[in-house]
Amino acid sequence: MRELSNAACIVGAAESDEIGVLPEKSPLSLHLEAITNAVDDAGLTINEVDGVFTAGQYTPATVAEALGITPRYVDGTYVGGCSFMILVGHALAALHHGLCDVTVVSHGESGRSRVGGPRARDQSLNSQFEFVYGFYGAPSYFGLIATRHMHEHGTTLEDWAQVAVSTRAWACLNPRARFDQPITVADVLNSRPVCYPFNRLNICLVTDGGGAVVLTRPDRARDLAKPPVFVRGAGEGTEHVLMTQMKDLTFSQATRIAGEKAFRMADVEPGDFDHVMLYDAFTAGPPIMLESLGIARPGEGVAYFADGRSTLGGSLPINTNGGGLSYTHTGMYGIFPIIESVRQLRGECDARQVPDVRLSLVNGMGGMLSAAGTLVLANEA
Amino acid sequence: MQQSLDRPLPEPITPEARPYWEGLRNDKLMLPTCAKCGPFFYPRVLCPTCHSRDISWIEASGKATLYSFEIAHQALNPGFKVPPPYILALVELDEGPRLLTNLVDVEPDPAALKCDMRLEVVFERLTDAITIPQFRPAGAKASEGGA
Repeated sequence: MRELSNAACIVGAAESDEIGVLPEKSPLSLHLEAITNAVDDAGLTINEVDGVFTAGQYTPATVAEALGITPRYVDGTYVGGCSFMILVGHALAALHHGLCDVTVVSHGESGRSRVGGPRARDQSLNSQFEFVYGFYGAPSYFGLIATRHMHEHGTTLEDWAQVAVSTRAWACLNPRARFDQPITVADVLNSRPVCYPFNRLNICLVTDGGGAVVLTRPDRARDLAKPPVFVRGAGEGTEHVLMTQMKDLTFSQATRIAGEKAFRMADVEPGDFDHVMLYDAFTAGPPIMLESLGIARPGEGVAYFADGRSTLGGSLPINTNGGGLSYTHTGMYGIFPIIESVRQLRGECDARQVPDVRLSLVNGMGGMLSAAGTLVLANEA
Repeated sequence: MQQSLDRPLPEPITPEARPYWEGLRNDKLMLPTCAKCGPFFYPRVLCPTCHSRDISWIEASGKATLYSFEIAHQALNPGFKVPPPYILALVELDEGPRLLTNLVDVEPDPAALKCDMRLEVVFERLTDAITIPQFRPAGAKASEGGA
């Protein structure tokens, strides 16, 4: 496994032309815009792409067809919003083995405007054992995790609110973020109740958008347009899909498994990072990820947000793009934290740039901490 | 007497889950069980612990504790018409398996709810074919309405 460390680099990263509310664009267009922009960012051309990786509404074949290319390697692993972290890990292995030479990992989703048809999958377990009680959609499930965490660790509503406050402060520094005004703990506590323990400001945005990253092997990467970002480690895991099957709601086994694998591949310790991106569909997610990854002790993840460590100038800046909570969240948010990590490692982030970022952690979740994908990214091999 | 349905029916019923739904129709909470490892949920053709295919069914006691909960303040599913607020719960049966369900006969107020509180099953008849298990605080009196 160690031989995969640094076997590929991210050489291009970009969003679609716009993100936000885009009723005039199909998800496929969002894919194509993001891929075009990411390939351009790398100084490559679409005809050089021979590996197409995507998750969600379209198979890689549809994305390749729309691009007008005939790839020799495809991957459509789909386990929720962290699929894109996992796909970067799969690209690392495929590139290492020469199964393809230039890979795009691509996302496009009309999460807000709902352009295009719905995804079809079997929901008979959800309809028999969940929907009949009123469960439906992520905000009806994730609060179960937060409530149990409060019971076991004494976490408070104010603690969860601190995550939203810290993340909004970062969004105010990102011109592409949807929100640009700071908020307070009181604002979160006084926002519209949705599903206790969460109010509106504990829950991510719902937007339209796309994103893509381009990967190739280091020998090629060194000659391209931007400094390469090395994939030093990658890991994935799944634990459950239905909430009844998650053994301990306060600790994500999928995240632990993904993190341990990525850290071992990268030969790093949980405390080594100087920049962290954590999938924040809900304010309870990032603290529990810190705990499940071994960065914080159980129950102590919220302290990173309350005491300023997560903010600009803090010792462990977290979610510097403004997160799913305040920047963008299309439904499967996972490509966007990867893009931000690449930009931070390249030093492209202007007002929100974290000084001297050398080692960045990206951790995503699928479903309700059901699946996880972890990446260790670095600006040197 | 059938009221107009305020919630989506649990359809389609999968073949493996038929004994569960047939049990509920007779006010029994049935669980699939492994000869070696004991009850589990949801119904499937193998034991998720030892992977034995030797699966039968037992009737659960209906006693449980509250593992976690939420209070829905808005309709999250357009097909679910119970007026909010109502309680979404994850309960742990004394036999071990956990179920998602609703709590009834208790205020939808965090002050009235505590993880690990004791619960008992109540059977809510939706149609002639479908009854669902809901839970209330152990020893609570039945009230009118609720989720």
